[in-house]
Amino acid sequence: MTISFFIIAAITIVGTAAAMSLKNLVHCVLSLTLGLVGLALLFLLLGAQFVGFTQILVYVGAVAILAVFAIMMTRSAEPMTNLPPASFRLSGVLIAATVFAVLAWAISSATRSLPSQSSQPEVSVNQIGVALMHQFVLPLEVIGVLLTAALVGAAILAMDETGASR
Amino acid sequence: MSPLSGYLLLSALLFSIGLAGALTRRNAILVLIGIELMLNAANLNFIAFWRYGPNPAALTGVMFTIFSISVAAAEAAVGLSIILAVYRHSKSINLDAMNSMKG
Repeated sequence: MTISFFIIAAITIVGTAAAMSLKNLVHCVLSLTLGLVGLALLFLLLGAQFVGFTQILVYVGAVAILAVFAIMMTRSAEPMTNLPPASFRLSGVLIAATVFAVLAWAISSATRSLPSQSSQPEVSVNQIGVALMHQFVLPLEVIGVLLTAALVGAAILAMDETGASR
Repeated sequence: MSPLSGYLLLSALLFSIGLAGALTRRNAILVLIGIELMLNAANLNFIAFWRYGPNPAALTGVMFTIFSISVAAAEAAVGLSIILAVYRHSKSINLDAMNSMKG
């Protein structure tokens, strides 16, 4: 456990907790971006450079921007007036706290049997590319088909039905 | 406390934050963001187990995370366009207002 882990973990937790609790939706997405950058830094800290930069490209670059566009197009940037009752929110937080308690108990009781390799694995983008093109080529093709289908599906779903598009 | 259990605890906390957001917020976009956070917590687990596991040269955790990020991106795109379609239909993305499947 290094000091950098605790700093980055604090940034990530603060960012995500603010994203889930703030009133203004644009502020929510901005703090979500902070949390996702923290997660990417954690990936870099763990030695997975490629995954860390993919995280920044996909989440910070694409998903956050997409969420901001959706917020603007649905005019939900102003704070919502009809909040759910306090008991409803309290029960949701209680459920999440229970889930965390169970997970933390499981992790702490299994901590002796967890693996702990001390040497940082050296993995280059070259190795990842070779593995993608040989061992994992079928999942790669499936992901390509999935992304194409998602692109077409998202365009069709967001298309205006009432216009002359039919 | 070993380093791996620290990462696992952080990932459990992120999952719980995402779950709390998905359960308590009534805005469809925020619920989708909460689900994305839960997916990201799982990705952190994959990478942490890959880093501290016995065979990092197999690259399994990295590959799983890359594919998981791609699936999550596709999910976000389709989910947000469904939210746009629902908003165009009912002029609201409050989940409590979405109580009928027929127009």
